[in-house]
Amino acid sequence: MDFSVFFQPAFSGGGTYLDWVLSGIQWTLLVSILGWVIAFTVGSVLGVLRTTQRVVLRAPATLYVEVFRNVPLLVQMFIWYFVLPEIVPRALGDWMKTQMPMPEFWNAVLCLGFYTASRVAEQVRSGIQSIPRGQTYAGLAMGLTQPQVYRHVLLPMGYRIIIPPLTSEFLTIFKNSSVALTIGVLELTAQARQISEYTFRTFEVFTVATVVYVLITLTVTVAMRALEGKVRVPGYLGPAGR
Amino acid sequence: MIAIKNVSKWYGEFKVLAGCTTQIEKGEVVVVCGPSGSGKSTLIKCVNGLEPFQEGEILVDGISVGGRKTDLPKLRSRVGMVFQHFELFPHMKVLENLTLAQVKVLGRTPEAAIEKGLRLLERVDLSAHKDKFPGNLSGGQQQRVAIARALCMDPIAMLFDEPTSALDPEMINEVLDVMVELAQEGMTMMVVTHEMGFARKVAHRVIFMDSGRIVEDAPKEEFFGTPRSERAQLFLSKILQH
Ligand SMILES: Nc1ncnc2c1ncn2[C@@H]1O[C@H](COP(=O)(O)OP(=O)(O)O)[C@@H](O)[C@H]1O
Ligand SMILES: [Mg+2]
Repeated sequence: MDFSVFFQPAFSGGGTYLDWVLSGIQWTLLVSILGWVIAFTVGSVLGVLRTTQRVVLRAPATLYVEVFRNVPLLVQMFIWYFVLPEIVPRALGDWMKTQMPMPEFWNAVLCLGFYTASRVAEQVRSGIQSIPRGQTYAGLAMGLTQPQVYRHVLLPMGYRIIIPPLTSEFLTIFKNSSVALTIGVLELTAQARQISEYTFRTFEVFTVATVVYVLITLTVTVAMRALEGKVRVPGYLGPAGR
Repeated sequence: MIAIKNVSKWYGEFKVLAGCTTQIEKGEVVVVCGPSGSGKSTLIKCVNGLEPFQEGEILVDGISVGGRKTDLPKLRSRVGMVFQHFELFPHMKVLENLTLAQVKVLGRTPEAAIEKGLRLLERVDLSAHKDKFPGNLSGGQQQRVAIARALCMDPIAMLFDEPTSALDPEMINEVLDVMVELAQEGMTMMVVTHEMGFARKVAHRVIFMDSGRIVEDAPKEEFFGTPRSERAQLFLSKILQH
């Protein structure tokens, strides 16, 4: 094993291969975290809609979840990047093809975000539905409106209950971000592949990439554990604990 | 104060309530009893619109609960409700449970809400527990907090759905004591319970339900003297044995 390869001048760009790795890490983090912001926001809204009584709200949310959850991520990546510009209104399509800044990056963020949203939606829905119906009755009985019941009663407990499965979705988005390389985002996996092609140090390069992914996921896991401890409700035994 | 006129309700094909009619005057305490599944909870939830009904009419303080123009949250905020499983919000401290609706529904300032909350906690003898979470209180304490929470809204009437059924025997009296006191102060109360001692002590009338019907609706003396229906006699003899 010879890790000195990372300090050699890179094939292009003026830096070392270490700079390529660092740049890859940066894009991996950016794609994943921005994707997660979309996934969490959109997924929360969809998850809430799936628990409402009104069919006009519930049905579209259900359709969304079924479609986005069941089409392979790789296919969705191609659709966002290659197909979408062709099927949106002409002016928007032209803008996406010629003027959109960093189109690979933004399409990857949107793709990953909207795909993961379908999975977050399912977690949010199950969290809300695991709360006994009496809680909703209690909120409504004191005069809260339905949205206020979600805001003050259902979501605060629902989110707490789903922290563990939500953590695993958050971890998955970092791993799934490597799919962005297929549309040309130079994230960590793409950089690793590129460096190994130039240097033939495949083993060293992918060892480093693996270690970096593990470090990222470990950090996320530790952070989410800390969050879970911070918001733990004293004396609460879980929805089945009464 | 509460007028229930010919109310019928179906769950699909199943008729839960069959032409229920009764009236509760201001300051009156009415106990509702009957076998499990007879529709007591359903009826009491219809009174504040937590359950919709298909036929008949319910007026609370002259306002039609099922009316299309009725501001249900506003109406509900004027009627307190206490549940079998307490339904305190587990992620909020005791005092926060008491102030939430005062602030969000009645628009009181947080300071005014806290002052009111503390006064009612004092009344149920739980001031020392104001900063605890519900999960760290006993069942009896939780139910007293739930009663205080409802009273914070200055309700014109109180609904109780089996408030002592989920309690260990040694905690039943601490809750009943609070309810007796309320009754003696002239609160309008509709109480689903099998605590016949409570009924004898403070009820004005007793309603007996069976299979979604109001079978007996009689002044207390008459009910405990000679209930007219065989079904009620049988039921009474069963629950008075314990
Ligand atoms: N959401 C529901 N869907 C269908 N049936 C229900 C529902 N809620 C209650 N029921 C039925 O309605 C009947 C009356 O229930 P309930 O009012 O809870 O009775 P009680 O409080 O007197 O025990 C029961 O037979 C129960 O199974
Ligand atoms: Mg019941």
